[in-house]
Amino acid sequence: MNVDGLREMLQSGKSAEELLHSIFDKIERSKLNAFVTLAKESALEEARRADKHGAKGMLGGIPIGIKDSISTKGIQTTCCSKILEGYIPPYDAHVIERLKAEGAIIIGKTNMDEFAMGTSTETSCFGPTRNPWDLNRVPGGSSGGSAAAVAGGEIPLALGSDTGGSVRCPASFCGVVGLKPTYGSVSRYGLIAYANSLEQIGPFAGNVKDVALLLDAISGYDPRDSTSVAKKCEYLKELRDDVSDVKIGVPKEFFGEGIDEKVEKAVWSGITALEDGGASYTEISLPHTKYSLAAYYIIAMSEASSNLARFDGLRYGLRLGKDKDWHTTFSEIKAQGFGEEVKRRILLGTYALSAGYYGKYYLKALKVRTLIKRDFESALKDTNVLITPTMPFPAFKIGEKMGEPLALYLADVNTVPINLAGVPSISVPCGFAGKLPIGMQIIGRHFDEATILRTAYAFERGMT
Amino acid sequence: MKEVIIGLEVHVQLNKLRSKLFCSCSTQYHDSEPDTHTCPVCLGLPGALPVTNGKAVDNAIKVALALNCNIEEWTMFYRKNYYYPDLVKGFQISQYDYPIATNGSISLDTEDGERAIRIKRVHMEEDPGRLVHVGTIDKSKYSLIDYNRSGVALLEVVTEPDLRTPKEARLFLNKLKNILEYLDVFDSSLEGSLRVDANVSIAGGKRAEIKNISSYKGVEKALLFEIVRQNNLVRRGVKVVQETRHFDEVRGITISLRTKEGEEDYRYFPEPDLVPITIRDRVDDIKKTLPELPDAKRQRFALQYGISDNHAKVLISELGLANFFETVATEVDANLSATWIADVLKGELNYRDLDISAFSPAHMVQILQMLKKDTITEKGAVQVIRTLLDEGGTPSEIVKRKGLLKIAADVSENAVFEVLAENPAAVQDYHDGKDEALNFLVGQVMKKTRGRADPRTVSKLLKEKLQNAPDNHREA
Repeated sequence: MNVDGLREMLQSGKSAEELLHSIFDKIERSKLNAFVTLAKESALEEARRADKHGAKGMLGGIPIGIKDSISTKGIQTTCCSKILEGYIPPYDAHVIERLKAEGAIIIGKTNMDEFAMGTSTETSCFGPTRNPWDLNRVPGGSSGGSAAAVAGGEIPLALGSDTGGSVRCPASFCGVVGLKPTYGSVSRYGLIAYANSLEQIGPFAGNVKDVALLLDAISGYDPRDSTSVAKKCEYLKELRDDVSDVKIGVPKEFFGEGIDEKVEKAVWSGITALEDGGASYTEISLPHTKYSLAAYYIIAMSEASSNLARFDGLRYGLRLGKDKDWHTTFSEIKAQGFGEEVKRRILLGTYALSAGYYGKYYLKALKVRTLIKRDFESALKDTNVLITPTMPFPAFKIGEKMGEPLALYLADVNTVPINLAGVPSISVPCGFAGKLPIGMQIIGRHFDEATILRTAYAFERGMT
Repeated sequence: MKEVIIGLEVHVQLNKLRSKLFCSCSTQYHDSEPDTHTCPVCLGLPGALPVTNGKAVDNAIKVALALNCNIEEWTMFYRKNYYYPDLVKGFQISQYDYPIATNGSISLDTEDGERAIRIKRVHMEEDPGRLVHVGTIDKSKYSLIDYNRSGVALLEVVTEPDLRTPKEARLFLNKLKNILEYLDVFDSSLEGSLRVDANVSIAGGKRAEIKNISSYKGVEKALLFEIVRQNNLVRRGVKVVQETRHFDEVRGITISLRTKEGEEDYRYFPEPDLVPITIRDRVDDIKKTLPELPDAKRQRFALQYGISDNHAKVLISELGLANFFETVATEVDANLSATWIADVLKGELNYRDLDISAFSPAHMVQILQMLKKDTITEKGAVQVIRTLLDEGGTPSEIVKRKGLLKIAADVSENAVFEVLAENPAAVQDYHDGKDEALNFLVGQVMKKTRGRADPRTVSKLLKEKLQNAPDNHREA
């Protein structure tokens, strides 16, 4: 299911309403648990309007799934946390406004790790999403619902958010394309924050072209986000099947210990394929990579501990019935509303920011972050893109790693440095380990999404 | 009394701005229904992001310049994390390291002369919502929260502990208010526009912080109470402990809130949603927009108009009053204007709790011109001013209606002759050296002329006549 195909269908007589009915049917029969809220009524209404007046915009009549951390006016948005049960935002996120302006139809909210904290979509209060390639396995996290819905053929497009790999990891585990844009290129207005300085909203699709299309729709300047930057080009127009000018850097630190052999092999053959297409490659080094996980978790948890303070059940979200004094009521709501992983990160973040520890942890993490940023800048001076495995291994079994939070944090080793540096990065399927997909990560210079999309596109064309 | 050390942290609302600090919501919320001036940003709804109001930064720079501060190259916001029901996000966006300005001073006219009160820092932050209680906070069964105020731009001005008396603290606040109003960034008449935390200790002792005093008089009263309390403790040999206290405005006392200050840990860290703001490059442009400030105006008034420093001090205490004076002084004698505006008109306005805008400068000019031309008496002029304030009208119409036109000198002279003839006893008393007899005679002439004669002229005339008149008794 891709956008071109759907567009043809819609133009050759199938109504957008019919299309939606078949999609909702499929989702309701699905075993994936990719969607947590369906917006049937509003979606059907939009579809009927499109049928009546003709589909408008670059995504006219095309259905899309939205990660449950992105605010949608009138549609329950919970971050898959009990604490936001029943919260219906009174406003649309910037990206939702853009999608609506381009005629896309929001069909519902997709499953995720609670507050985007996780690598497996298992910490959702709605239960885990399943990987379409093997229902006993996780889809990756935290945007697992979005990736699985696209991979399972339920929808052509979805939005996720990527704080430390949350778009690229599930794209890799589910065998779809997922992009984390440059920090600042997509407005975060309306994205419920986990770790503000790291996260970006990112597109999912079954192919590179649709990802470029979706990025065109959602990126650009938004005055409501101070970190927002005007976009450089029309990404879809930049796609061409030519990588002869592309210089690839292969950072050796990303092929280190803990990388599955099959993954390593698949990525290397991907690099070779690009070389065959005219690209050149050199091995390079990003010397501070080994500190990135520690720095990432300090920064992410610190920001999260502050971001999640507002959820007290006072004006929206979970209510327990009988109110006591302020502090007791807030404590009880937080105790019941937040899951285990979220509590763990709030506690660690609070600790890291506490008097006396701020300099020891948070400030130090910021310094490491600067070093990592410089690593990327200097590596990308002589190269256009860097290529690495997205995840060190393919999708694991549901429940397999739930008891070992630290081991799970290590899985983010290849994706996290990219968020610290703020550069863009895309994951494209590059082979299989058995029947499980493997993702190749292509990292680019700041605001140079065009080159990584083009490289991914050329690779995808060569593969098929 | 031991030496007293006072430092203030003054929170002022930049309430002349049309929108809040981090969103475009209107700040004209006074007298509105609760929560009607709110949006996802100032309600802290999930996903909403702050964007700094550039005009607020400019106003803050203006204030910092007026307080002779050092403006930093760039500035940034931090999150101050703490729980309180009026705080929508669980943190307040404030400043910590890298405030907008540091190291300023205000020159204060204290009882022992001019003294500089040092300003430690000036920084910006957002106002929280407002808690409303039925009755008092400890008796109320529930708290209501109005979020209209949430996100309004606040400026915190922190002094060094340079103040020595509660009165100085009050003078400082008046001066600060004066400057803020000159800058047109602050309207002190709005509820909640100014809130003060006052730190006070007596020599060698620990300090108490009195939180959230919301009036100028309150600050003076709270400090007075606190100093007496601390002195009493010392006299009884009890050590003053470091603590945070609440000022109960109704009872006029301070109450302990918590001891061991500094127990809160605000977990400050840079606000990731806001990028640092370069400010130094704006300073030159903002400097050009700075108006003449109170101190400069006071000096200029004395120099340009030759009026007394005391008059100048009163006149500059309100921008409206100063402008009123200048308008009037260009038309009539400056010294006369200063006297009548600073001493008479200001007093009449204060008595009626009115603002200078209640009086027209054109009317003042007319009144002073009548005085100058001797067509009304000083007493008559006061009456015109009072009538204008209480009933309205125009000066000439009031003078006519109330018969205040000063009568001609010959009429006065006739009256003098009559009074002398009618009161031989008093004339005798005068010649016997009883000075009060003259006052009696003046009174009689005023009575005869129904107050329209000028008492000074009458007194002069009487003296002349009494001296020229033959002293019959002595001759005899």
